[in-house]
Amino acid sequence: MPTTTIAGHQVEVNDEGFLTDPSQWDESLGAELAHMIGVDLTDKHWAIVKFLREDYAIMGETATLRRVSTQTGTAVKDLFTLFPVKPAKKMAYVSGLPKPKGCV
Amino acid sequence: MSTDTQAPDTMTTPIMPSFDSGPTDRKLAIICSKGNLDMAYPGLILANAALGEGIETHLFFTFWGFDMINKKTMEHLKFSFVGNTAMHPPGHFGMYMPQTLGGLPGMTHMATAMMKKQIAALDVPEVPEFLEMLAASGCHMWACRMSADMMNLVEDDLYEGVEGIISATDFIELTDGAQLLFI
Repeated sequence: MPTTTIAGHQVEVNDEGFLTDPSQWDESLGAELAHMIGVDLTDKHWAIVKFLREDYAIMGETATLRRVSTQTGTAVKDLFTLFPVKPAKKMAYVSGLPKPKGCV
Repeated sequence: MSTDTQAPDTMTTPIMPSFDSGPTDRKLAIICSKGNLDMAYPGLILANAALGEGIETHLFFTFWGFDMINKKTMEHLKFSFVGNTAMHPPGHFGMYMPQTLGGLPGMTHMATAMMKKQIAALDVPEVPEFLEMLAASGCHMWACRMSADMMNLVEDDLYEGVEGIISATDFIELTDGAQLLFI
């Protein structure tokens, strides 16, 4: 498993670059990950990231886009605005979680 | 493989996923030609997956697929296991349902209810809500001109997310360069 350094944080990642150990994440790293993929985090982004982190801790897997939408009451369209083009993967990345496995 | 000529991973550019900044030039077109509940989902699920990858996605509804976008039928798609020899009771692989059973009164209703329950258990939405989700994700939806004429349907009869009733030629034109699935 490769190790990489992001803004002074040494973290383990998979071949694609997703963090493999969610416990190595903190908010400052989240902000840095977002910055690297061109997303400026607002309160709305943080609310989504917080949900993803909490949901992962309970469910043991990353929430799909639909789950994020239904559980947080955020319209799918808004999720595409917050994390453009590939929202499910981008929000998982910023949250230091694996990309979602679910189909829907 | 030797890595001693390379700097340690930790010293190199951070390893990060390649999300690309803009949409890809990949394009997907799915022709939805079936109105059975079980045959409605493959197109919807694949479209949803493609949209989540930033792929321009077009759904073209034709013939029985019109039941997926007809306001009067979209909530009421049915599943029957008549003609489906792969049907087995949930969790009982290897046990098959006699085909004649599927033809009994009430059996389609029961099989439909059972399938809807299984789909809902996975938090997968019913067809109208699924279409809403796809529309919100930027999916393009089109209805087939010939089917509309055959069934005497106009745009007002169809789900609002459908952008237009178009001819086969129009569809071929607008899906230039697209990958295509017929379901």
